Amino acid sequence: MADGLADGPWAELLVALPLAGMLLALPLGGRQAHRLALLVLAAGPVLALLLAAQLWQGGVVGVALGGFAAPLGIALRADGLSVLMLLTTAVVLCATGLAARAGFAPRPGQGETRAGLLFWPLLLALWGALNAVFLGNDLFNLYVALELLTLAAVPLVCIEGKPEAVAAALRYLLFALLGSVLYLLGAALLYGAHGTLDITLLAARLQPGPATWMAGALMTAGLLAKTALYPLHLWLPPAHAAAPAAASAVLSALVVKASFFILLRLWFDVMPALAGLGGATLLGGLGTAAILAGSLLALRQERLKLAIAYSTMAQLGYLFLMFPLAGGGTEAQPWSAGAWTGGVLHAVSHALAKAAMFLVAGLVLQAAGHDRIRALQGLGRAMPVAVFAFGLAGLSLMGLPPSGGFVAKWLLLTAALASGQWWWAVPMLAGGLLAAGYVFRLLNPALSAGEGQGWRPVRRRWQAIPLALALLSVALGLAPLLPYLLLGLGRSPAAEEGLG
Amino acid sequence: MTSAATLYGLAGAALVGIGLYGLAVQAHVLRKILAFNLIGSGVFLVFGAVAGRGGGAGGGDPVPQAMVITGIVVALSATALAVALALRLFRETGRVTLPPDPPAGARDG
Amino acid sequence: MTDALLPALVLATSLLPALVIFLLPEPAWRLRTAVNLAGAAAKLALVVVMLAGVAGGATYELRLPLVPGLDLLLRVDALALLFVTLSAFLWLLTTIYAIAYLGDGPDQSRFFGFFSLCVAATTGIALSGSLITFFVFYELLTLSTWPLVVHRGDAGSLAAGRRYLGYTLGGSAALLLGILWLESASGPVEFTAHGRLVGLDAGLLRGCFLLMVGGLGVKAALVPLHAWLPAAMVAPAPVSALLHAVAVVKAGAFGITRVVLDVFGPGLVQELGLGLPLAVAASFTILYGSLRALAQSDIKRRLAFSTVSQVSYIALGLALAGPVAAVGGLVHLVHQGLMKITLFFCAGALAETLHAHRVEELDGAGRRMPLTMLAFSIAALGMIGVPPMAGFVSKWWLGMGALQAGQPWVLAVLAGSSLLNAAYFLPLLHRAWFLPPRDAEAPAVPMFRREGDWGLVLPPVITAAAALAAGLFAAFAFSPLGWARLIIARDYGL
Repeated sequence: MADGLADGPWAELLVALPLAGMLLALPLGGRQAHRLALLVLAAGPVLALLLAAQLWQGGVVGVALGGFAAPLGIALRADGLSVLMLLTTAVVLCATGLAARAGFAPRPGQGETRAGLLFWPLLLALWGALNAVFLGNDLFNLYVALELLTLAAVPLVCIEGKPEAVAAALRYLLFALLGSVLYLLGAALLYGAHGTLDITLLAARLQPGPATWMAGALMTAGLLAKTALYPLHLWLPPAHAAAPAAASAVLSALVVKASFFILLRLWFDVMPALAGLGGATLLGGLGTAAILAGSLLALRQERLKLAIAYSTMAQLGYLFLMFPLAGGGTEAQPWSAGAWTGGVLHAVSHALAKAAMFLVAGLVLQAAGHDRIRALQGLGRAMPVAVFAFGLAGLSLMGLPPSGGFVAKWLLLTAALASGQWWWAVPMLAGGLLAAGYVFRLLNPALSAGEGQGWRPVRRRWQAIPLALALLSVALGLAPLLPYLLLGLGRSPAAEEGLG
Repeated sequence: MTSAATLYGLAGAALVGIGLYGLAVQAHVLRKILAFNLIGSGVFLVFGAVAGRGGGAGGGDPVPQAMVITGIVVALSATALAVALALRLFRETGRVTLPPDPPAGARDG
Repeated sequence: MTDALLPALVLATSLLPALVIFLLPEPAWRLRTAVNLAGAAAKLALVVVMLAGVAGGATYELRLPLVPGLDLLLRVDALALLFVTLSAFLWLLTTIYAIAYLGDGPDQSRFFGFFSLCVAATTGIALSGSLITFFVFYELLTLSTWPLVVHRGDAGSLAAGRRYLGYTLGGSAALLLGILWLESASGPVEFTAHGRLVGLDAGLLRGCFLLMVGGLGVKAALVPLHAWLPAAMVAPAPVSALLHAVAVVKAGAFGITRVVLDVFGPGLVQELGLGLPLAVAASFTILYGSLRALAQSDIKRRLAFSTVSQVSYIALGLALAGPVAAVGGLVHLVHQGLMKITLFFCAGALAETLHAHRVEELDGAGRRMPLTMLAFSIAALGMIGVPPMAGFVSKWWLGMGALQAGQPWVLAVLAGSSLLNAAYFLPLLHRAWFLPPRDAEAPAVPMFRREGDWGLVLPPVITAAAALAAGLFAAFAFSPLGWARLIIARDYGL
């Protein structure tokens, strides 16, 4: 039985099922679409776990769709990194789907709404695109997946049709399109120089040269624009803040990680030898700037959702410290690939924590009708579970134990100090303190006395959804061993040895 | 053959440059969308140059051509979405430009 | 098997109640009280079992790997037991006190949930066997204390909470940096093997020591890192007791103890020339805290500055690095806890029953609440160091240790501090016992009914008796002094 399960077409299903669901949901109409979507979403964690089992038993999973081998066919490849991201995605989307019923499921006695009809197919399209990114092994397919992701994510931002959301969505779209067209130009140059875009083949054939350098720079720049790394972050806060909370959760937790994931593939799998010290340092420096600028801006926000969005900008900065730190101080670490593992764990725990935070923000909007931080007195009594979830998720952002964020930061900090690059430790610690500043600034009014005026009650089971996500981000800190072992499967050698 | 490919490549690069300039400088949303399309066309030309250069018997490498077709479809959908959003923006607010800066500081929505 | 089970159980006796209480609805007063008391009593019983075991030479150890090279390690040694016994004993009393103090106030599930979490963290700190484990629980303590400090939710509490977090999280960052810097050079540090740091660069070791002790010094309220502590006295009285005696400042002082005794070792600390600066900083804190206490007219603020002063006796004793002084420092960890918690219990009871918040409002309090004031007086005399009270025992060993270590100036610090203690405590006792009440009409209720709720009276009476006993029976093996001598004898290999 284990054999049968381990050989199943789980990778193919993870891409095909959401897309099939999307196509089916549109003709079904708003009343049925959400049921179908939730059904399909519920299959996600199961499929991802099956794929993990397959990976665990048989090593890296490679699939050539339709039997056509690369470079002609479309190849899917699942290593530990892919599977961990797939699992995170499935879990976050499941939770978001459940939470989104509050806003987008049809209410009894009401007709179907445009938003209620569109939300679910878009969510499924987004999921399919994310899965295609995490499983793609061909730089051009990754481009297509990334574009599909953009085309699903942008309408989600303005699905409620508010004017500021439309403007934010348009700005987001323009940045994303610029990013993908730069990426595509890089891909064209790479193909011209090496005659393939398959990651495995390309890594074997790669020769240094002006075309390769140029391609690397263009693709990196394009992906940075999509990941909203400072100073290309301008689109992110308004878009993530203006979107409905369930969409914000997915955008902040997962969508920005997709382009980062491709960046990891590009630097660690395709061209590890070419990425010199300068490039890695530049990325680390921009990451540092993002941490500091994002945290300081988050501290100044008056509105809950904007503060959370700026925090995303800051937290994304930590991911870029992986590049200069990878392979650092290996002799002092009892574990291998400390910085790389730390970065990936950070991405995962941030995804869980940030989704929890945006879902809480959604509940706040639902209960209070606004999200002005100063006017949230008495929130702690109105929805204690949600506030608790917010605090737990905050642990991960602050990098405090026990949380996945802490283990991630511990790994990154050890790599920095053990390799003598102590200057990377400073922004990490400062970012943690600033994060404490903005997290507690949000919790402060929530715990202050006074009954909220005119709060609409929120039932406990709605509050339990963000709590479950927040608890998972804590659990990641208590039991990081499994993800750590999983990440070791099919890991790029550059993750252990460092770039350059 | 080689000179044609070079010409394609250079023209592509020029289009990308003009498009980038337009995207940065033009305020009108529609012009920004057109600028993006210019960049896209430039990239497709580069792909064309790559296809032509790598060509053996029978007129070149088919893979980049397949990629260009896919790229055109993607660019078309993206443009359609962008134009729809621009129209929506105009109807809702009467503006055809994006607000100068995202609300960075304290502002109630 | 029990060797690994016991530490886990001790931790569970406060972790599980915390989780259960969080889930309880607000009106479930009886159930909440039962869970609270059952957890506290079970913890105390388990600690007694371990005391017997460790005295006989046993050690208990529980190791949970997080990732390779990163283990959570709980280990029960004699020093761990010193702290965990203190906190388990005082937690039981503080729980009784808090239940009476909060009465039927709002947000009790939140309060007692975090209260139990706080004690779980303290237990973890006491039992942690490696630096990383220590840090994990140390942070858990910081975070679980914050909701207690801001419990009242008014502007003053929130401001105090902000200050508390600002100081303690800053300290944690320094501590984390110090730990990681040290471990990146030496590998994971556990609190057992001495001499692992020998041969490392002296500059690195000094830097790490400075970062770690500086970070811990925030919670231990070393001047100039102390300002959060007087501010935090706006919290309810049981929380003050927790901050000052059971958990927070003690966690800082305990951390310094671990760093000096078990990470670096007293020998290495002296070799690096770090003992004297720490002793000077501690001495300065002792005198500065006492002087500031003298100037306070709010009772709780005066007690808070007194804590700033008294906790530094612990650091002072360890910094002098002789075994005798170290015994003095360690025993003061317990003695100060017993005495200071008595004082805060009494201050809370006085505020509740007589609405006495300021020094001059204590006039005649001895007639109105004799038992409470008796407990207060015993603790205050102990703080001053009147023989044969507990505080005298600490100061005696500290003084002898200073002479043994060749630092006679410390005697002057101790004497000056005792004088200052007398100067700020004796006027309180004078007012309470010898001045007539301000509002002349004495309430016509029988003697013992006047004291108010027994739950507010019994705990300070018990802790005062314990403080008295700790001094009177200091020569016994299971007295705090006897236990501290056992720790130092094992640590110094005497």
